[in-house]
Amino acid sequence: MEALLAIAIGLLTACGVFLLLRARTFPLILGLTLLSYAVNLFLFASGRLRMNAPPLIRDGAAYTDPLPQALVLTAIVIGFGMTAYLVMLSLRALSESGDDHVDAKEKL
Amino acid sequence: MDSAYLLAAIVVVALVASPLPLLLQRYGRGYAALGSVSAMAICLALLVPLVAPVMHGETVLAHIAWLPDWGLTLSFRLDGLGLMFSLLILGIGMLVTLYAYYYLDGHDKLGRFYTLLLLFMAAMLGVVLSENLLLLVVFWELTSLASFLLISYKQESYESRLAGRIALAVTGGGGLALFAGVLLLGHIVGSCELSVVLAAGAQIRAHALYAPMLILVLIGVFTKSAQFPFHFWLPQAMAAPTPVSAYLHSATMVKAGVFLLARLHPVLAGSELWFWLVSGTGAVTLVYAAYLAFYRYDFKGLLAYSTISHLGLITLLFGLDTPLSVVAAVFHIINHAIFKASLFMAAGIVDHECGTRDMRRVNGLFKFMPITATLAIVAAGSMAGVPLLNGFLSKEMFFAETVGHPVFDEMSWLLPAFATLAGILAVAYSSRFIHDVFFNGDPVNLPRKPHEPPRWMRAPVEVLVALCLLVGIFPQWSIAPILHVAAGAVLQQELPPFHLAVWHGFNAPFMMSLVALAGGIALYAMRRPLYAFHDRLPSIHASIVFERVYEKMVAAARSLVAWLDNGSLQRYLALFIAFVLALGGWAWWSAPASALPVVTQPADASGIVALCMLAVAAISVVRLHRSRLVAIVMTSVIGLIVALTFVRFSAPDLALTQLAVEVVTIVLLLLALYYLPPTSPAEDGAPRIVRDALLAVAAGVGLGAASYAMLTAPFDTISGFYLAQSVPGGGGSNVVNVILVDFRGFDTLGEITVLAMVGLAAHALLDQLVLKAPAHDESGRRWSTERHPLFLEMLMRPLLPLALMVSVYIFLRGHNLPGGGFVAGLVTGVALILQYLASGIGFASARLPQRLPLFLAAGLTAAAGVGAASWLFGLPFLTTAHGHITLPLIGDIELASAMVFDLGVYLVVVSVVLMVLAELGKLSVHNEEKI
Repeated sequence: MEALLAIAIGLLTACGVFLLLRARTFPLILGLTLLSYAVNLFLFASGRLRMNAPPLIRDGAAYTDPLPQALVLTAIVIGFGMTAYLVMLSLRALSESGDDHVDAKEKL
Repeated sequence: MDSAYLLAAIVVVALVASPLPLLLQRYGRGYAALGSVSAMAICLALLVPLVAPVMHGETVLAHIAWLPDWGLTLSFRLDGLGLMFSLLILGIGMLVTLYAYYYLDGHDKLGRFYTLLLLFMAAMLGVVLSENLLLLVVFWELTSLASFLLISYKQESYESRLAGRIALAVTGGGGLALFAGVLLLGHIVGSCELSVVLAAGAQIRAHALYAPMLILVLIGVFTKSAQFPFHFWLPQAMAAPTPVSAYLHSATMVKAGVFLLARLHPVLAGSELWFWLVSGTGAVTLVYAAYLAFYRYDFKGLLAYSTISHLGLITLLFGLDTPLSVVAAVFHIINHAIFKASLFMAAGIVDHECGTRDMRRVNGLFKFMPITATLAIVAAGSMAGVPLLNGFLSKEMFFAETVGHPVFDEMSWLLPAFATLAGILAVAYSSRFIHDVFFNGDPVNLPRKPHEPPRWMRAPVEVLVALCLLVGIFPQWSIAPILHVAAGAVLQQELPPFHLAVWHGFNAPFMMSLVALAGGIALYAMRRPLYAFHDRLPSIHASIVFERVYEKMVAAARSLVAWLDNGSLQRYLALFIAFVLALGGWAWWSAPASALPVVTQPADASGIVALCMLAVAAISVVRLHRSRLVAIVMTSVIGLIVALTFVRFSAPDLALTQLAVEVVTIVLLLLALYYLPPTSPAEDGAPRIVRDALLAVAAGVGLGAASYAMLTAPFDTISGFYLAQSVPGGGGSNVVNVILVDFRGFDTLGEITVLAMVGLAAHALLDQLVLKAPAHDESGRRWSTERHPLFLEMLMRPLLPLALMVSVYIFLRGHNLPGGGFVAGLVTGVALILQYLASGIGFASARLPQRLPLFLAAGLTAAAGVGAASWLFGLPFLTTAHGHITLPLIGDIELASAMVFDLGVYLVVVSVVLMVLAELGKLSVHNEEKI
């Protein structure tokens, strides 16, 4: 299972980075989203994989590591904030330059 | 104790008093000069009480802690060497002040000149009085800066500015090398205090870093003291006013380098490397510069090259590294300072009176200014090493040390022969200076008729020439005491017996002096064929070479910047990722081998299926990213699988949050999609695709491998505390939520602040923005004119209270079960957004609070306020309290003050979601109004 998760993280990273390097704002937003998934999963994985052990205190239960979960939870929300900001920025850039190229110019 | 304060006060007074002449300037030139002299006199007066203990062999130390963690203390040291230098700096400084008052024209800004002179003097005093080597480096660089300002004092002249730049580049650059060397030295010894360093000679010489450290320090020394091949800045610096040359090139600036040689001699010398580097450089400089001095037409240039040559002599003496050669070096430092300062001043008088420095025109001045001429001839005689003058004594000592130096036992004649050659050249250029300027026919076409200078302009020269004679005739009585303590401070050991006297008998050094005198005069006599020969040699102008190198470097820097910084964000990102990959790869390969992987969870069918779906979706996003709607759908598939992963591995809170965020993000992207161009042109060529694909694959493999290594490494956690304290300390059994709102509440406060900024940015970026909405979709179909489907509208309205109720429930249970402010806020946000989508922005805006930023502020205030409230109870920020209450119908609820904090989180999340989406939605309203 560890290998599967590692492959998933690697795949999401690769796809995310490739899209980040594209020239138009929309694939860039998608790339950032994919990269956020990968990073969140990576952070989450730092608490290791345990099944049926949610960090809810009960008698005699086993618990997985709650700290990475708390970090990832805020990371997910911040990730949304960042995506939203990027979307707004790209709309603004489109309005200013009339184009959705990240460099606002075709060729450099 | 008192003496320590006096010592520190010398440097502090010099620094603080440096603006004085500038302030006094308005009352007249005389006041500016007075300010300068009195500052120097105060420093001298502060020094006086310290003279007696130092002459008895004591070392006065002063320590003031400055940055102790960095090993930097304001610590000063006065020993014989420091005292000798301080007296030279202050004494010649006062003479230069007097001289400059007459030399500089009435319209020159004397205040600025004296202020710079004082600043430079303060820096020099700092260099020679520092006990801490880092402090010494600071003052060292300050001398470079101050000398830059002094050399380029005539700002309107290009030549002056260029000369200043060259001096700054060479000496400032050397200062950086010295800085690195001192840091290495401090690293080797473990302290930068000279007292500690000077006691660690054997340890330093045995250290592996000795060679690089020595070379770096020597680069600093050689640049400052104008040693070959760094000598070229000094002749250029003759563009400075002559008082500056008289000060910088006799007693101060260039002596800072040899001062450091003397200061660090006990610990750096005593190795083969030292001997060859220092004596080799000194010897080459000595003869090469003397040779060039002989060929100058400009008499100030002649003096400049002779300065370089004498500095080479001092360096060579330190390099020979016998106790007596060190004594001779220290002695020559004093002698050279005295005769060279007087020579520069005399040269300045001649220049001032004649208006030119060309020895082809300045001739026969003895008739016009006999007194000045006599003074200059005596000083030049000292420079040549004529008996009864001070230069003769140290030159004799130099000759004596070259005879039978232990290193050259086979070729013992070589060093004396070389020294004699240098002596011959020195006599030759000194003869040229005397004969050409003061005799040799009549002046040729001078702009004005020369005459004796004002009485007091000549006075400094008279004082210095008197000193030349005094030291030269009565050395034992005049100079021996200070020379003993200074040389003792350099050697840090018992001095060898030596006797200063004019007459030692007919020995080898005396014979060498005679040969030098006779040979030098003979060389001068046959000068004409030599000049003719020299003039045919190709000449290299250092300033032109410097400018060319400088311009090449600037051009290289420009093209590097242009290559790196070409304005393309795409390219920056690619470079950044490549750099991160390189760093990651380096860390990976240099890491120690890890333990065997530990796999705890066997792969199962559901996992494999999920991975396959994820792979298909992720690759589809990449393949189909130009068909934007499909790409969004595929992205949401990935989000769903990630949420399921969280469910599977015991993270219900994450799954809930991920799902809610997924919905909001998709709505957001869909709204944005309406405005963005519907497709991305296929513009990237194959090379770029390949480059990006390689980067992407490398990143993916890297992070995947890192994840696998991390997942299968032995596990240790710091979360035991949180699990144990969640219920008793935080009053909640959902540990993740308790961590967010309690244990690490400060983090969360920071995070919702960032979110709040996004909300405000929405307003800032999108308000009043006008975007042209496309009339057709990418297939050419018109957008639907049916604005709000009735079915959706009818379905959504009753759903709202239900959704709000769910969010309240999720919020309330959050402290104990999956849920909490973040999730509840997102659910509320989604419920309200659905109303916008279903019923239109007009309908929703009319029914929703208009001033969302107020809610945002309320949320932040609630979160921060509940944290601050704990101050009222004398507790640290964000301390929580909790207790139980029982509500009808719902039952027992554990209420914690953290809940108010969570409410703040909730409010911020709701407001931000609404602000972002509503602002985006409003764009379409603007558009419809326009259409």
